[in-house]
Amino acid sequence: METIVVPGLISGAAPAAADRDVSTTVTTTLAVPNMMCGGCLRTIEQALQSTPGVGAARANLSSRRVMVTFQSPQTDAPELVNVLKAAGFSSAELFETSAPAQTSFASGLLPRVGVAGFAAANIMLLSVSVWSGHASDMDSSVATLFHWISALIALPAIAYAAQPFFTSAIAALRGRRLNMDVPISLGVILATAMSLFQTLRGSDQVYFDAAVTLVFFLLIGRTLDERMRTKSRGAAENLLSLKATAATVIGADGNARQIQARAVVPGMQMLVAAGERIAADGIVTAGRSEIDEGLITGETLPRLVNPGDRVHAGTVNGGAPLHVDATSCDDNTLLAEIARLMLAGEQSRGRYVRLADRAAKLYAPAVHILGLTTFAGWMLAGAGWEQALTYAIAVLIITCPCALALAVPAVQVAATSRLFGQGIIVKAADGLERLAEVDTIVFDKTGTLTAGELRLRSDCSVADEVFVAAARIAVSSRHPYAQALVRAARDRGWAIEPRAGVREVAGSGLAVLSAAGEERLGSAAWVDVADARRNEASLWYAQPGSEPVGFSFEDHLRPDAAATVAALRLAGYDVEVLSGDRPDAVEQTARAAGFDRWQGGARPDAKLRRLDDLKAQGWHTLMVGDGLIDAPALATAHASLSPATAVDISQNAADAVFQGERLGPVVETLKVAKAAHRMALQNFAIAILYNIAFVPLAMSGRVTPLVAALAMSTSSILVTANAIRLRTMTLTLVPVRRSGGEETCRL
Amino acid sequence: MSALAWLIPAALSLGLIGLAAFLWALYDGQFDDLEGAGWRVIEDGEPAHSDLPKPSVDGKADGQH
Repeated sequence: METIVVPGLISGAAPAAADRDVSTTVTTTLAVPNMMCGGCLRTIEQALQSTPGVGAARANLSSRRVMVTFQSPQTDAPELVNVLKAAGFSSAELFETSAPAQTSFASGLLPRVGVAGFAAANIMLLSVSVWSGHASDMDSSVATLFHWISALIALPAIAYAAQPFFTSAIAALRGRRLNMDVPISLGVILATAMSLFQTLRGSDQVYFDAAVTLVFFLLIGRTLDERMRTKSRGAAENLLSLKATAATVIGADGNARQIQARAVVPGMQMLVAAGERIAADGIVTAGRSEIDEGLITGETLPRLVNPGDRVHAGTVNGGAPLHVDATSCDDNTLLAEIARLMLAGEQSRGRYVRLADRAAKLYAPAVHILGLTTFAGWMLAGAGWEQALTYAIAVLIITCPCALALAVPAVQVAATSRLFGQGIIVKAADGLERLAEVDTIVFDKTGTLTAGELRLRSDCSVADEVFVAAARIAVSSRHPYAQALVRAARDRGWAIEPRAGVREVAGSGLAVLSAAGEERLGSAAWVDVADARRNEASLWYAQPGSEPVGFSFEDHLRPDAAATVAALRLAGYDVEVLSGDRPDAVEQTARAAGFDRWQGGARPDAKLRRLDDLKAQGWHTLMVGDGLIDAPALATAHASLSPATAVDISQNAADAVFQGERLGPVVETLKVAKAAHRMALQNFAIAILYNIAFVPLAMSGRVTPLVAALAMSTSSILVTANAIRLRTMTLTLVPVRRSGGEETCRL
Repeated sequence: MSALAWLIPAALSLGLIGLAAFLWALYDGQFDDLEGAGWRVIEDGEPAHSDLPKPSVDGKADGQH
């Protein structure tokens, strides 16, 4: 990973802030993703604290962030990033996509867990005394006293700690839906109310302990789930921060200063040096250069821009410095089209009903019917309404879906943290469930199947001394072809010394005058290659008086792309390539990676049409892509993955983001998602078996508060223990069960 | 049974002290960096730094400049 700060302001342009003498204290947060241990933590804090102007620096190893307080004119965030770069850490000012308060523990569920835990422990203490009192000589007045104390603890504790369940249940009922929180809330409220009534009467059927323990267990499950999600979101934000660009803007006084890309507003004049990423959409006002739009269009060849041309945020200036007027995103830009398509895509994906909610749909009515049947049955059998109601509530408590409500979250936490350890960040809450249903995988080419970096083709037959001569000219250009040529020359062990007097003509090539005449390196037209030979190569080099030689390049595949595709096909997944790049380039890559279906030259709407076709045929598609034009497809597909090198819009649209050079995480994610699905079903089975065993007991009125407490704890511990196995289990990619339509001629 | 009159309040207040300590630690940010805190313990040199900007301490450390 690289730092994002762009070096080299134009000379003489000191930051405008330096001549102000007003000093303000600013606090900022830097993301430092490669802070790994206590040593790093100390190095980072010391490096920052020894920087003039820095008041305090506190690193957080869990979230991989540093909070720095500094005096504003003396130093600034880009300067601090440079300090950390010198210390060996890539960092960036935090790019927050969510409210910062959500990352803190105190604002979450933990205070409620604490209160529920306190209440559960103390009530259980009193309850155990009462239960053992049955066997000894405790008299009923003491038991009643203990029940009253339990009530005193339980009522406020439940009112506070169970609020998340109540609000969620009310929201579900308002929307005329049933979720898992409806039976939970009903069970807790009825059990508490009934226990209070029984306490008033001095009876034994008091369930305060069951109600509070239930809330405690469920809150633990929710907290783990929430923590995992917060951690994933934080890691995703850290990655995005590193990609966020700094922009150099020219102020009204003519001075250049660096600001964060997102602080650029329309009307600002940006200066984009060669090799810099353009921070905002805009129109070129001065300069002539080539723009690498690989991340946006998937096209590996740069585009020539002149004053008056429009450039997009996220593209890289490959040639000469440009002056760009930032403009707002108007309706007919590519970005606006992509935003519109993404919105449509998200709507067409619709509301995915999560596994737990689907279970609740069946489960909640069943629970309520069982409770009612018990009540009605005992009334008919001639028991009084009080006794009938007590038994009915025992049924509600026993069936209260403690195990069922933990069944899915426990598995999700185990699966997400397993993937997190391998650099795969699952962001969408229901992402894993959707990933488990996938049967067709669509890959983007540039940056996804390939590493997004050009390489000289291995069949290059240029003589060594000509090659070196070409590389010595190429070294002074930032054009991707020129850089690939230099890399190839260095890989062969040759020292490349730059030639003096190289002239670059944007869009054409390089030239240098030698004694014999002009040597040229560049496009076929620039080097004046005969028309018949023009398609042979992409970069040409001619020495005066000799025939031009050509160099061909290819975007090389990720090292394990072919193995990954083979593994996926072996498991029965349908795989294909859908790219915006030129059809011949797509074909070449697809063949090399072992695909037998591909489509090139696809614009964003064409990608969407293809996904809609697949959906109409009944397939569940996983889209793997990184470019801006993939963003609508990522939002539309049943599930989506993107590499950490993807543009921010795509990373935001994807369900999960994977880091690293390899494509293997795609297989790993699918493995874990499928295993998580299996585990969740196993946990449902455990919960249902438990119900089958205990519901008849409850309906026949044999359940005492002691039995209820034991049964509930055991089933909760069983499902949690089962889920934890997922963290260490060895997984294999299970063959996919094809649920789609018959294999027709596709594409 | 008169023992109950002070045993139960004593047990409950001990529990409440525990709860209060937990909530204090939570709101004080003691759980904000569980991984880093472990490393800071075995760190040599100066104790951990505060989150707040320190007032300048010119000449206080060794008494002279």
